[in-house]
Amino acid sequence: MNAQRLAAVRAGAGFVLRRLAAALPNLLGVVVVTFLLTRALPGDPAAYFAGPAASREAIEEVRRALGLDQGIATQFGFYLRDLVQGDLGNSISTGRPVATELIERLPASLELTLIALLLATLIAVPLGVLAATRPGSVVDHLCRVIATVGVSLPTFFTGLLLAYVFYFLLGWAPPPTGRLDPAFSPPQTVTGFYLIDALFALDGELLAAVAGQIALPAITLALFVIAPISRMTRASMLGVLSSDFVRTARAVGLSRTRVLYVYALRNALLPVVTTLGMVFSFLLGSSILVEKVFAWPGVGSYALEALVASDYAPVQGFVLVLAALYVLLNLVIDLAYGVVDPRARFEG
Amino acid sequence: MRRENLLTVVAASLFVFFVLLALFGPWLVPYDPLSTSAGAALSPPDAAHWFGTDALGRDILSRVIVATRLDFGIAVAAVAVSFLIGATLGCLAGFHGGWHDRIISRLADTIMAFPLFVLAMGVVAAMGNTVANIVIATALINLPFYIRVARAEVNVRREAGYVEAARLSGASDTRILVMHLFPNILPPMMVQISLNMGWAILNAAGLSFIGLGVRPPAAEWGIMVADGAQLIVSGEWWVAFFPGLVLMLAVFSFNLLGDGLRDLIDPRRRT
Repeated sequence: MNAQRLAAVRAGAGFVLRRLAAALPNLLGVVVVTFLLTRALPGDPAAYFAGPAASREAIEEVRRALGLDQGIATQFGFYLRDLVQGDLGNSISTGRPVATELIERLPASLELTLIALLLATLIAVPLGVLAATRPGSVVDHLCRVIATVGVSLPTFFTGLLLAYVFYFLLGWAPPPTGRLDPAFSPPQTVTGFYLIDALFALDGELLAAVAGQIALPAITLALFVIAPISRMTRASMLGVLSSDFVRTARAVGLSRTRVLYVYALRNALLPVVTTLGMVFSFLLGSSILVEKVFAWPGVGSYALEALVASDYAPVQGFVLVLAALYVLLNLVIDLAYGVVDPRARFEG
Repeated sequence: MRRENLLTVVAASLFVFFVLLALFGPWLVPYDPLSTSAGAALSPPDAAHWFGTDALGRDILSRVIVATRLDFGIAVAAVAVSFLIGATLGCLAGFHGGWHDRIISRLADTIMAFPLFVLAMGVVAAMGNTVANIVIATALINLPFYIRVARAEVNVRREAGYVEAARLSGASDTRILVMHLFPNILPPMMVQISLNMGWAILNAAGLSFIGLGVRPPAAEWGIMVADGAQLIVSGEWWVAFFPGLVLMLAVFSFNLLGDGLRDLIDPRRRT
């Protein structure tokens, strides 16, 4: 390995470490805020856990057992200790550990979110490129209108409309209830993602049923995030197209397609990758609403069911898990950015 | 007139229309938005009930109109709170730098480390299910945007000529911030406000849709869509459709207006 390569590898490792270190305060902030939310709960948790018929002594007993008689710093210590052990408390309505239930339901939510992201990217990036190559044209205005309408859509409302049109009126989609028609049994769990598991099971009928079920919720979510992705692609593409290296590429007579896709698009996609963080924030938030509309058995509807039953441990676990997931996603995006664009590794 | 300007005018008219509805709605409605009538339950839109009636026989048009005030009220209050707090914190961070800046920026980063709607949901769930808490939660998740804009805008003006002149003539830091810097960062802050308003309404309606905040029988767009959610798959589309449509129009007019305002004030940021 020559010296130059070694320096590059070192810079790469330094970059990864720096980004990891930058994610830590965010993760700590998330834990502190969730802990404070736990403390802000309405009512007395000790009385709540002891049950309605408990005597004063029993409540005090529970208070001691839960560590609620200690100072706030000690309680935070307990909270951290439980977190490290993966203990998010128990759900009152089901009596099972929250962590277990969240892990069971996470694949459903992730599958929905990722499919929606894929769908949105496949539509938004070409749309943004088209708009940027023909500024002021019909496509450009269309892109602008779609972007503005897209961010104005209440996801819970578009979901309902799609269900009405494609299930009730046209009958193209299955009823908006869950991940799979009860007539089918779910594929054997390999990844937890039904689409992939059905592929592994080589069951075409099952795959079609799964795909039909996920189509409407995924489209609903995708519609919402097409706007930010296409806008960013357009803006960034406009910037790149007016840059010197594109002018040079055109001047030396490279074909239009080659200039557009090999040189311009690759560079224009970098800022788009960084906006994916914001897009994920939107996606994770609206997935709660979409899960409710389509009775999707993910973590969002789990938290909502708990909320209705005044069962707070699952809600807190949900907020913590989603926030941690979001911090990690941003970390992955940062790292991916470093891989795609070597310049980022050497900068601040 | 250019097409963009025309769009902005349309958005502004829609906005004025909604403000009028919010102000005078309760006197304009054809029916009492809360009075139920078992006989007229779930009737589709007709001449008597333009938007139809819901499962309890309440007139949906009246409820949609009356809801404007509550939805706008929540959004305006939330945006006002986060504007005031965010501008103050952002100004302090941008003007003083140092540990002020570190603490305040860390606060903004911590809020942004959450998926924002999820944080809002957690806050309302923890603090209790009231309209005031919806306002607080919505204000909280809007806060980082105002902090960042104010901080950046104050930071670039900190050494400006007029600030130096004010300092030389003996003005205190507070006076410089309030009398000289704050008025100058208002235009970009206004753009941020109009871009945030639509989002604030969406958030508040989303929280009500999942059963947080506003409680039935109060008329609110999110709750009304939730009421119609079960009915839409059996064909009674109007119960959820009209409140959802009006909600969408309101958010749309805010976003168009925000875009138009931004193009006016800062054409370079147009995307």
